[in-house]
Amino acid sequence: MQYLISVISDGTEVDSPEVGVAIDAFNDRLMAEGYWVFANGLAAPVAATVIDNRGEEVIFTDGPFLESKEHVAGIWIWEVPDLDVALKLATEASKACDRKIEVRPCHNHVSEE
Amino acid sequence: MQYLISVIDDEQTIVAGNDSAVQAEMSAVDAFNDRLKAQGHWVFAEGLAAPNTATVIDNRGGASVITDGPFLESKEFLGGLWIIEAPDLDMAIKLAAEGSRVCNRKVEVRPFHVSEK
Amino acid sequence: MTDVQEAITRAHHDEWARVVASLTRRFGDLDIAEEAAAEAFATAVERWPVDGVPPNPGAWLTTTANRKAIDRLRRENRRDDKHKEAGMLHIDDHPEPAGAIEDDRLRLIFTCCHPALAMESRVALTLRMVGGLTVPEIARAFLVQESAMGRRITRAKTKIKAARIPYRVPSTEDLPARVSGVLAVLYLIFNEGYLATGPGSDPIRPGLTAEAIRLTRLIRTLMPENGEATGLLALMLLTEARRPARISANGELITLEEQNRDIWDAALIAEGHQLVRERLATGVAPGRYQILAAINAVHTSARNFRDTDWWQVVALYDQLIHLDPSPIVALNRAIAVAELDGPQVALSIMDRLEGALVDYHAFHATRADLLRRLDHTDESRAAYDRAIELAGNTAETAYLTRRRDELG
Repeated sequence: MQYLISVISDGTEVDSPEVGVAIDAFNDRLMAEGYWVFANGLAAPVAATVIDNRGEEVIFTDGPFLESKEHVAGIWIWEVPDLDVALKLATEASKACDRKIEVRPCHNHVSEE
Repeated sequence: MQYLISVIDDEQTIVAGNDSAVQAEMSAVDAFNDRLKAQGHWVFAEGLAAPNTATVIDNRGGASVITDGPFLESKEFLGGLWIIEAPDLDMAIKLAAEGSRVCNRKVEVRPFHVSEK
Repeated sequence: MTDVQEAITRAHHDEWARVVASLTRRFGDLDIAEEAAAEAFATAVERWPVDGVPPNPGAWLTTTANRKAIDRLRRENRRDDKHKEAGMLHIDDHPEPAGAIEDDRLRLIFTCCHPALAMESRVALTLRMVGGLTVPEIARAFLVQESAMGRRITRAKTKIKAARIPYRVPSTEDLPARVSGVLAVLYLIFNEGYLATGPGSDPIRPGLTAEAIRLTRLIRTLMPENGEATGLLALMLLTEARRPARISANGELITLEEQNRDIWDAALIAEGHQLVRERLATGVAPGRYQILAAINAVHTSARNFRDTDWWQVVALYDQLIHLDPSPIVALNRAIAVAELDGPQVALSIMDRLEGALVDYHAFHATRADLLRRLDHTDESRAAYDRAIELAGNTAETAYLTRRRDELG
């Protein structure tokens, strides 16, 4: 089962060099244990664009679809057997990247390969 | 360069879909995914379970705090995502516009950090 | 103005965009390009009165700006390369398809007017990076705090970098849509100058209309075969030509009917008419701006209001509605119909538009005028009241108020 792990930031955090090292080590472990599907940090919400192409003409809107104090600063996708494993890893992830983490299951029925 | 395409859902888009509409939407999405793969843009795509299935974990202080529910409560929420590979925003926007059409939802395009490797 | 000052002003008009565009291409950074260009012009202001104006001001400015940019990069060399790499603009130098235009200024314009940026950011960024207006000047023109305008521009530049908005002329396939996006930005700048909104603001801001015309001229020079760029330039010139007659000494809007046509700018009208004829001669089906320019050409050809070829005006609006079936176009068509077929016919067209335009001041102002002409005084007064309530332009409010008070 796949889970989306969102790293939550309020934009005020200042990272020490240890954070990068801890995240790298955590990613290496995820890969070694076969949980890792994807990971990457996101650019600031100011770089976002909303696109609505449901109607006749495509509509662009500058900025993220939700303006809020907290935003997603990066994501992981993990392949794990169940929520307990996901939560255990997320607890470690929160420590490694020094941020709050949200865990949300994927449907796993769109585009199975 | 990688871009995150977030599919934006709201209560209405969920309720409005009947079964045959959902079926048509899903096969359009599948076809779009196949094309992304054939053209080398595809990295990942998945629909998400409802926001109320989310759990928030805060282990910054050492004592891990677990909270039920999404970190943001809002009328619009993330319903699924694509991760694509595109050379620049023009291409990302073009693919995102197609994504918006095939899944019949608004989408948000946001770049990942430029890969350092 | 001294000769040197004049040379500096001219160089700023002619060379600013070229300097910023070529530096952006070379250094991959809008901030560095903007700052170095500003420093180069500041140096010119200092040096030219002493050393004399260089024989080739453009080359002098580019060389000076290049040197300033290199100095700055040297100073900042302590930054690690990884960061520098991540901060670079995405310069796409793939060979362009045959026929595409190769001028760095076009890259700059398309980047500043990218559809992923908010409209207000596109306007501000275009005026700063292409037009060379300072942040305080732009802030004043749009009645926004300087700090807020500065943030708006910084935010847009951040997005261009982080989201990798490419620094290039769009592909042939995307070009038509992207050009109309650029023209929309220029038309908005022009209109903000021509019919400024906001209580207590100057009703007309000639700085903005002049700037919009200058930038549209540049687009036409860079894309001479684009009919809509020519059409927009003609439309702006024919509108600008009437500016001297448009506001009375006591700050009231003067309608087309009441304007003193002798003080219209004949040179601008001649140039605008020439451009409209040039487009007609191509035989290519006109776009929106070309039709609007043609309508304005009809107005500026008439010796007085009554001599206007209203049949021609209505026919052109019919053509425009075909391209742009918006209620605002329909409203303007109804105004022309009133002159051709009388106010009663126009009023019945207006009735069908009420739903869409109920909050638009010009709808109520037009209705008020038609009702006045039909002697429906009470209804007319109510319509004037509503129009005054909704109008944002001070000169327009003054005009509507007088008209209402004259109803008797």
